[in-house]
Amino acid sequence: MRVALFITCLADALFPSVGQATVSLLERLGHEVVFPEDQTCCGQMHINTGYRREGLRLIRHHTEVFSGSDAIVAPSGSCVGSVRHQHAEMARRAGDDALAAAAEGVAARTYELSEFLVDVLGVTDVGAYYPHRVTYHPTCHSLRLLRVGDRPLRLLRAVRGIDLVELPAAEECCGFGGTFAVKNAEVSTAMLADKMRHITSTGADVLTAGDSSCLMHIGGGLTRLRAGTRSVHLAEILAATA
Amino acid sequence: MTTFLGMPSYAPRGVGALRGFDLFPAAAREALGNAQLRRNLGHATATIRAKRAAVVGEVADWEELRLAGEAIKAVTMARLDEHLVRLEREVTERGGTVHWARDANEANRIVTDLVRAAGADEVVKVKSMATQEIGLNEALAEAGIAAWETDLAELIVQLGHDRPSHILVPAIHRNRSEIREIFLREMSDVDPGLTDEPRQLAMAARAHLRRKFLTAKVAVSGANFAVAETGTLAVVESEGNGRMCLTLPQTLITVMGIEKLVPTWRDLEVFLQLLPRSSTGERMNPYTSLWTGVTPGDGPQTFHLVLLDNGRTAVLSDEVGRAALHCIRCSACLNVCPVYERTGGHAYGSVYPGPIGAILSPQLTGIEDNASLPYASSLCGACYDVCPVRIDIPTILVHLRGRHVEERSRRRLPSPEAVTMAAAGWTMARPARFRGAERLLRVGRVLGRRRGRIGALPPPLSAWTASRDLPRPPSETFRQWWRRTRGTS
Repeated sequence: MRVALFITCLADALFPSVGQATVSLLERLGHEVVFPEDQTCCGQMHINTGYRREGLRLIRHHTEVFSGSDAIVAPSGSCVGSVRHQHAEMARRAGDDALAAAAEGVAARTYELSEFLVDVLGVTDVGAYYPHRVTYHPTCHSLRLLRVGDRPLRLLRAVRGIDLVELPAAEECCGFGGTFAVKNAEVSTAMLADKMRHITSTGADVLTAGDSSCLMHIGGGLTRLRAGTRSVHLAEILAATA
Repeated sequence: MTTFLGMPSYAPRGVGALRGFDLFPAAAREALGNAQLRRNLGHATATIRAKRAAVVGEVADWEELRLAGEAIKAVTMARLDEHLVRLEREVTERGGTVHWARDANEANRIVTDLVRAAGADEVVKVKSMATQEIGLNEALAEAGIAAWETDLAELIVQLGHDRPSHILVPAIHRNRSEIREIFLREMSDVDPGLTDEPRQLAMAARAHLRRKFLTAKVAVSGANFAVAETGTLAVVESEGNGRMCLTLPQTLITVMGIEKLVPTWRDLEVFLQLLPRSSTGERMNPYTSLWTGVTPGDGPQTFHLVLLDNGRTAVLSDEVGRAALHCIRCSACLNVCPVYERTGGHAYGSVYPGPIGAILSPQLTGIEDNASLPYASSLCGACYDVCPVRIDIPTILVHLRGRHVEERSRRRLPSPEAVTMAAAGWTMARPARFRGAERLLRVGRVLGRRRGRIGALPPPLSAWTASRDLPRPPSETFRQWWRRTRGTS
């Protein structure tokens, strides 16, 4: 299958290893990965902060870039959530029905990584080897916007060598929330403190999740406290081999 | 009589409890530093969350009930004007009197005049959000009329000279030892040997309230629902104190937001299933009081219904935001909200706190008066999942942020954020500009050179680095790596 990688602006700029892992995982499973180089950002940050005009411009650009792709995969629940639940609606409300229709088409072909692996490719054992104690945080948008359910956990359980431990109060938000992390930094930090308390209580040396943004927030807190737990994206664990 | 056909107006300033003094981040800071408050809230919300989850899990058709609740509210709001006129006719035919209040000032004036006309200088009150919203107790006090709250938690708040911090459990921020102190200090007739055992506290409140019930000539209530087809009002409660108010006094005055109406009894059935499980986590609430006009020789012989707008028509005029009017005040969204759980209700400034407050208060007052509230959410979506009438709170929060940004831009109020967002939008609209901007990451590489991460940045990014490191930017971006290793695709 020919898969177009939607890298997300954050992973592109700050976490290229997440993109590299996604590419190597999909290629190992026998699929061709293409990278539409004109892609920039899905516009979620603008939309969610109230900047609809700028957001709409980015929606238009994103839709144009990916309109020719058959399957679009992103290592992010949040960005896929925006494409699927915000793009067409924003276009419609702005009175651009043609863009809304095109965005709906792109949305229908866009998948978060764990959805794509489990639902489209039909695999849960991706042949990974990862000998570490790992706990998984389900990010809010993958959980409640995309409803990925236990797909990431099914993928993780099939990883050889892994010691997967359950995260207490896993479904509670980590406090990132995009610009919320800066606009309401102190509430965000209070939420992070509880998330980190639960993570360290598991004794895991690796925290994983499907969103680089939430991992940047939680991981930034963990390194600040020298907590001894690393944050690693799900794609990187699934790409790892012996 | 004149007919006003202008644009719907917002809830007026200077009256009522829809606006706070501080912006949310500042008010939240104070709450976050209060360890006792954090503990009380964490404990209480976790308990109610678990109870709700258990009783909701028992209902096989819960999702169908939610869909029904959402649909009934949507079709009711679409013809609210017709239903309200029907309600007025039915109440009037059954011996009640209906008053229309455009805003808090009108409603307070109407109620004050009615209490005076009844020759009373005190009223007993059923727990009511609408009367809190309009600041009725304060307005009555100015007219020399004492208003006694009879809901136990509202009584605690009133005696503590405090503000409610939760829709359902207004004293959620207090624990029992604090309640004991308040009773000992404020109840003149209390036993000085009072302990903090819940039963003892309840008995003290009971003895205190019983005297008020037996002497008051006038009661003031809100309403959970009004059934338009028969003009019937409904109050749902746990303690029975509401029923005492609704049955003992000679005169009953009910203040109800215009959105509380349901067209028929069949509609009411859906909400009476949704509300108790969502709010107190009970299968059924202990007391459901229903009354229709006046019944000779039974209950209040004079009944007044005050229909309150106070910004609701303005909410109704927003195609996306109007779903906030579907709220049945269950407070399930407060109990699951990770922000509310840590800040409590006072931080929201308004009598409507939590996620529902963050979308309702700014729409009632106009966004500029509560501009920080739509941002008081991480958009985690837990509120939408539990809402019994499926209000898509995250989408409305985002919509209100959009309205706020556009209003500021129309009023030509520039902000550093708007400039940054415009620049980022401009940059990311063109791939070449974006690639160029990514080269700026080299600055970040220099900053993170020593420790492999960035620990301190100047404002406004210091808000991030105050508690979190930022990763040191990589030596090449993903797209640079792709181009280097794969060429162009």
